[in-house]
This record gives sequence, C-alpha cells and structure tokens, in this order.
Amino acid sequence: MPDLSAVWLTLQLAAAATVILLLLGTPLAWWMAGTASRWKPAVEAVTALPLVLPPTVLGFYLLVIMSPTAPLGSLWVSLTGDTLTFSFSGLVAASVLYSLPFMVQPLASAFEGVGRAPVEAAQSLGASRLDAFFSVVAPLSTRGFLTACVLTFAHTLGEFGVVLMVGGNIPGETRVVSIAIYEHVETLRYAEAHVLAAGLLVFSFTVLLLVYAFNRRYPLHVG
Amino acid sequence: MSAETLHIQASLSVGGFTLAVDEHIGLDGVTAVFGPSGSGKSTLLRVIAGFEAPSAGRIALAGEVWFDSRAGVNLAPHRRPVGFMFQDARLFAHLDVAGNLAFAERRVRRALPGFERQAVVAALDLHDLLARPVAELSGGERQRVALARTLLSAPRLLLLDEPLAALDRARKAEILPYLETLPRRFRIPTLYVSHDIDEVAGLADHMLVLADGRVQQHGSAAAVVERLDLQPLAGRYEGGVLLEGRVVGHDERLQLSFVDVGGDRLTLPLLARVAAGETVRVRIRARDVSIATRRPEGLSIRNILPGTLATVDSDPRTGVASAAVQLQGAHIRARLTLAAVEELGLAAGMPVYALVKSVSFEGRD
Repeated sequence: MPDLSAVWLTLQLAAAATVILLLLGTPLAWWMAGTASRWKPAVEAVTALPLVLPPTVLGFYLLVIMSPTAPLGSLWVSLTGDTLTFSFSGLVAASVLYSLPFMVQPLASAFEGVGRAPVEAAQSLGASRLDAFFSVVAPLSTRGFLTACVLTFAHTLGEFGVVLMVGGNIPGETRVVSIAIYEHVETLRYAEAHVLAAGLLVFSFTVLLLVYAFNRRYPLHVG
Repeated sequence: MSAETLHIQASLSVGGFTLAVDEHIGLDGVTAVFGPSGSGKSTLLRVIAGFEAPSAGRIALAGEVWFDSRAGVNLAPHRRPVGFMFQDARLFAHLDVAGNLAFAERRVRRALPGFERQAVVAALDLHDLLARPVAELSGGERQRVALARTLLSAPRLLLLDEPLAALDRARKAEILPYLETLPRRFRIPTLYVSHDIDEVAGLADHMLVLADGRVQQHGSAAAVVERLDLQPLAGRYEGGVLLEGRVVGHDERLQLSFVDVGGDRLTLPLLARVAAGETVRVRIRARDVSIATRRPEGLSIRNILPGTLATVDSDPRTGVASAAVQLQGAHIRARLTLAAVEELGLAAGMPVYALVKSVSFEGRD
C-alpha cells in the first residue's frame, strides 16, 4: 500500500505555499508591474533566482539560515518552540521561496497587460489605487491569477531537492510524495513507487489540462 | 458667470518636452484647449487630474489646493473631484454597460440633484445599451457610455481629452451633439482638449492655445479665433472670426441654410440639426474670405457682404495682410496678399465687399 500520508502532506504543503505566495506575490507583482524604480531589475533578478539555481544551492543556504543556531532559526525556535529545519513549517517557508517566480512572473505580466489605462479611469471615478486594484485590475487579470496559482501549486508538488536538504525524510512531517518515491526506488519497492509516480503524473497533467482548457474558453478581456 | 477659477501653475519635463503654464481658467462654461499634436494639451489635463505630478507648481480649484510643490501637497487623483474622459473610452471590460455606470455611482463624491442614473442615461440615450457587454459596443457608443460614467461621478470639473479623436467622421457626428449640450445642461465647467479647431469652435466659451508646452493665447473663443491668424498652428493659418447668428430658414432642395448675423444674411451648407429660429455659431476662416472694391457680378460665390474696411495690417516680411471688414452688426476677417492690398489701394474706411464661398464653411453636422 502506498504511503497516503505522503500524498496528504504534499497537498497540504502545496496548498499552504500557494496561499502564502498569493498573499505575498500579488503586492510584489503589482509593484513590479507599475514601478519605475531603479531597484526593479534587482528585485526581478532575485525573484527569478529560484528558476536557475540548483535546488541544492537554495536548500543549502536555507538550511544555514534556518538552523537553530542561526539568528532566524533561533528566533523561530523561541517563538514557536519548534525548529524550522526538518519541520513542516520549514518546508512551507522553503517552498514559498522556491516557487516564488511561478507566482510572481505570471501575475506581473498579467498586471502589465492590464496596464495603467483602466487604473487611471478608475481613479478618475473616485477609486483609490487599492480600490482600483481589487475592482478593476484583479478581475481583468483572472487568467493571470489562475495560471500563477496552478503553476505554483504544481511546481511545489514536484519539489524534491530543496525538500530533501531542508526537511529530510520524516514521515507525516516532511516526507512528501517526491521523497517517498525516491525512497521506494532506493529500497527497490518499485510497485509502490509506480503508484505514487503515476498518481503525480496523472494529477499534474489533469490540472494543467484543465487550466489550458479554461484559458481557451475564458476569453481575454480586451478593453 | 462665476468668479471661481482653476489656477494651474506647473512646470514639467518629460523627455525633451517641457510644459510650463501659469493660467487662471474660468470655471464657467467650456474652455477649449487647442493646439497642434505634441503641444502638451493632454499632459496639461493629466497634470490637473493628478496622473502626472509637475516638478514645481501649484494647482487649486476655487481656492482648494490640489498640488503645491512648496507646501508638499499632492492630492491623489481619486481625491480630486474631476471627471476625465479619455480618447479611448477606457470602459471596464469585465463589466457590462450598467456595471460601468454603477462603478461611478458607488464612488460618487457628492450627492448632486440632476446627476441620478435615470437623468444621465436618458441624456445620453443609453437605455437600450445597459445590459450590453462593453466588447459589443461601437466606438461612438463607448464614448457615450464613458461620458455617462464620468457624469455619474458628479465631478466639479470635466476634462475631455480628445474624446472624438479615435472616431471616424460619422461617429464624431454622433457624439458631438452630446458634447455640445451636456456640460451646459449639467452645469459642469469643462476643459475640452482638441487638435481640431472646428470641433471646439462651435462649443467653446473660452479658448486656450498651447504650442510647445506654452500658452500662446487665452481668452474668449471669439477673441482667440481672431488672433489665431497671427501664427500658423499645425502648419495652417486657422484664424478668422466666430460669428453668432440665427437660422432664418433652410432650402432642402439646394441643401442650404440661411443665417442672419447682425443683419447680414449668410448662405451656408445645410445645417440639418438646427431648426429655424435657433442660434448657431459659425467660424469663417480669414483665408476663405476675399475682398472686392465693387460688387462683383457673374460670380459663383454666394456670400457677398457689403461693409467697410476697418483695419488693414500688412506684414512686409511674409507678404501677407490681414484685413477686418465691418459688416452691419459683426465684423469679418480676410487674409490677403500684400500685392492685392497695393493693387486695390485698400485702406481703412473704404467701402468693400467681403466674399465668402458657401462651401468653405466647415460642416458642423
């Protein structure tokens, strides 16, 4: 019987990372889409780093920062009584960083596509910038939000290297599907590896298929 | 007549372009902001609306300060009670027509009698469009909805940024009547930006002429139109006179209208939208007016108006002269060559005939 707790843990991790990234990534993407700041290229580069860095590099630095002897790690221990390394919360934090570009980039390009024009129109009708964002920009960026959330979710599902570095392989705590598959293969339990691997494959394909089908049916707004 | 003004003192540099203005714009009626492309008209409106901040200056509406670089005041655009109508309508594509109107209503800054949805929808004939998605509207319908949406926000100042520029001739004719009547009907002071003087000549009370980011002329529309001949704008001499007259009748067969201007009768191409007895404003460009010292005969020109030469100003540098002819009630301007002035011996006080071809009148409908 495959390890169902790993499946459940993976879904929880992906959902948590997606929700947190939606909250953090939206303002970041909104800022990036609208700013003329000279810091923009630097922020863009940092945001894109997880795309090019090997997961082991990211995982290594996260391990160093989150270790209980480091300032951030010890602060977390004193606040929660739990360590960030080799824990579910540490995995969530790592996933948020790891999947950051998958949330921010689709959102930023969606916001750029909407442009300044509808925002100015909303402002001239008495809407604050925040009001304009929620009442005009967000509804016009539905496709961007959908794409960003699905990519973030799916990408977090498939995470392996960072998880292994930061979380290890603790059943029910940090042992996600990709780790479980790895372990099944290492211990030559191919049948169980097959079930999990095929499950992940079918699930990912179905989700992506739904997104692309939805994007086709849901017309882009042309103002 | 209101003594309140919009004071705008602003300097702003974008790229190689500099806008530098210091004007008090009267808050009564429609002020046309006219000038060639790239003269800074739209930037001026955007500065007033708060979409661009001047590097230095002060903007105040009737004493209420919106921007003051020295005092560090810069009111956010949504706190400035202006309505902005964009060239490209900028309707919200995720809402239908009614949704776009409701967007403005929900954020209305002041409850103003007369600005209820019913009145605005009726004024712009939008009733049949309310349930339509924005994507299915024609260009003219979009601008009507945009104007309605702006009116529903009950602005204290209406800014129209080339509202007709994106439309073809037929659509322009569809929207212009609304733009001509609504600012007055809803009593909103209006700044109307256009690069087309014929679009604004008929509806403006005041006119502000911009070129290269600086104000060249600012005054009553009639006075500014007369002075426009002093310099070419957009490469053309557009100066002349704005005459107000009463339509005395139409000839449907010949497609002509007759207008009484201070006792003189003008023959114009048919003004189909104006009934007999109504007042119209006609712009006659100085370059379309010729002068004769005797009443000509056997001439195709329909308007032969007897009058007296009031002034003749010659400019030897350009070889061009500007003459003013006093008619019975109004006066008219003619742009002549220096050669014609000398050959005919034109001088102030001479009795002359001003000749205006009927087809030279810019069609107002």
